[in-house]
Amino acid sequence: MKWDWNAVSEFMPHFWDGVLVTLQALALGSLIAFALGLVWALLMRTPSRWVRWPVGVVTEFVRNTPLLVQLFFLFYVMPEWGLTMSALTTGVLGIGLHYSTYTMQVYRAGIEAVPAGQWEAATALNLPRLRTWQIVVLPQAIRRVVPALGNYVIAMLKDTPMLMAITVLEMLGQARLFSQQHFQFTEPLTVIGVAFIVISYLASLLLRALERRLVH
Amino acid sequence: MNEPDAHANPPVDGSELIRLEQVTKRFGDNTVLDRLDFSVDSGKHVTLIGPSGSGKTTILRLLMTLTKPDEGTITVDGQQLFPAPEKQVREVRKKIGMVFQQFNLFPNMTVLRNVTEAPVTVLGMSKDEAEQRALDLLDLVGLADKAGARPTQLSGGQQQRVAIARALAMRPRVLLLDEVTSALDPELVAGVLDVLRDIARTTDITMLCVTHEMNFARDISDQVLMFDSGRVIESGPPEKIFSEPEQDRTREFLSAVL
Repeated sequence: MKWDWNAVSEFMPHFWDGVLVTLQALALGSLIAFALGLVWALLMRTPSRWVRWPVGVVTEFVRNTPLLVQLFFLFYVMPEWGLTMSALTTGVLGIGLHYSTYTMQVYRAGIEAVPAGQWEAATALNLPRLRTWQIVVLPQAIRRVVPALGNYVIAMLKDTPMLMAITVLEMLGQARLFSQQHFQFTEPLTVIGVAFIVISYLASLLLRALERRLVH
Repeated sequence: MNEPDAHANPPVDGSELIRLEQVTKRFGDNTVLDRLDFSVDSGKHVTLIGPSGSGKTTILRLLMTLTKPDEGTITVDGQQLFPAPEKQVREVRKKIGMVFQQFNLFPNMTVLRNVTEAPVTVLGMSKDEAEQRALDLLDLVGLADKAGARPTQLSGGQQQRVAIARALAMRPRVLLLDEVTSALDPELVAGVLDVLRDIARTTDITMLCVTHEMNFARDISDQVLMFDSGRVIESGPPEKIFSEPEQDRTREFLSAVL
């Protein structure tokens, strides 16, 4: 096996295209996972079981079926029902939805960890329910769960190659395409392997900085 | 905050402010309050004493609507608090403030914001007015210089004094004090009790107080209620309860804690 720097430099333009797609999928997927997970967690706290029950069933179903199956379903079955989206949009939605069913559990734990005394103090001050969520419970809950949410960002990054299965050319997709065209596998795969490490390391630095800011 | 002295500010009319009728509260098989009747007149300071588990704290929690009775009615200032629709509960709750054993300050806000938040959102006070009042109250509890601090940067005693300022900021007619010094280091207790003595002396706020600080109870109380097993077994002015109690159970309890 010989390392070919020419192959590396030939791969680079395709690599950057792939990085861009991977980062897009990660950023948008995370946003959806964070926002939707919070929505699920809050819906699971409503007093009405006609809300809790369907939300519980749907999220349980999504969490316990493979992401790959969900991606195929969104990409190949939804159009038959008249909903056609670009591959990347489908991928972002799929990965965001899938991970929202995990982040919802993180939020739930964070909300439950807010001491009962905080709710009681809010009641004693006659704060409206919505306001109590806004300024007392959620700020404390979210602060607590930032590290756990961060772990899911890294996990999501490592799942972005699945988008290749629905024709999204993220890093692995670009590497595979290049390999098949040039019969050179080592260089592109090594490059994207390193890129995954770099991105997850940068993401963890970012999250740690955020964590520090939130703690004080 | 310059309060007039006690003589210039006599106890108000003394009409009935709080009434509990046949109130029963159970936790599982355990009956914490057993068909309890009692009332508190406006401006009075009432201390609830008795062994732990005798239902004292539960009464405060019922009045603050943190828990609901299984039976009976609760009335505050002529308005029913239980049973009552949510809107009425919110109205009645405005008249009641509470200070907790564990302070329960909001750790994600500054001291000042802890005190101003409810006056602004609940009473509709302007931010400037709320802050001015908050600073006056923090001055009253001796913490004006801590307005910008976070609760976690304060000692337990300081946190509890902020909690008192926070409760007073809502201008309650009734102040519920739930073992407010039990969680404090011994050397911090006096500072908190001094603030409360001051409030008892200079305002006409009705106080309901659960405490194990018998000297404090003797100083501020108009009436002491001795609880045992969910019932009031004896009540009267502090001189009588502490010096010549009628019930053996009271005598036994007092000799154990004094």
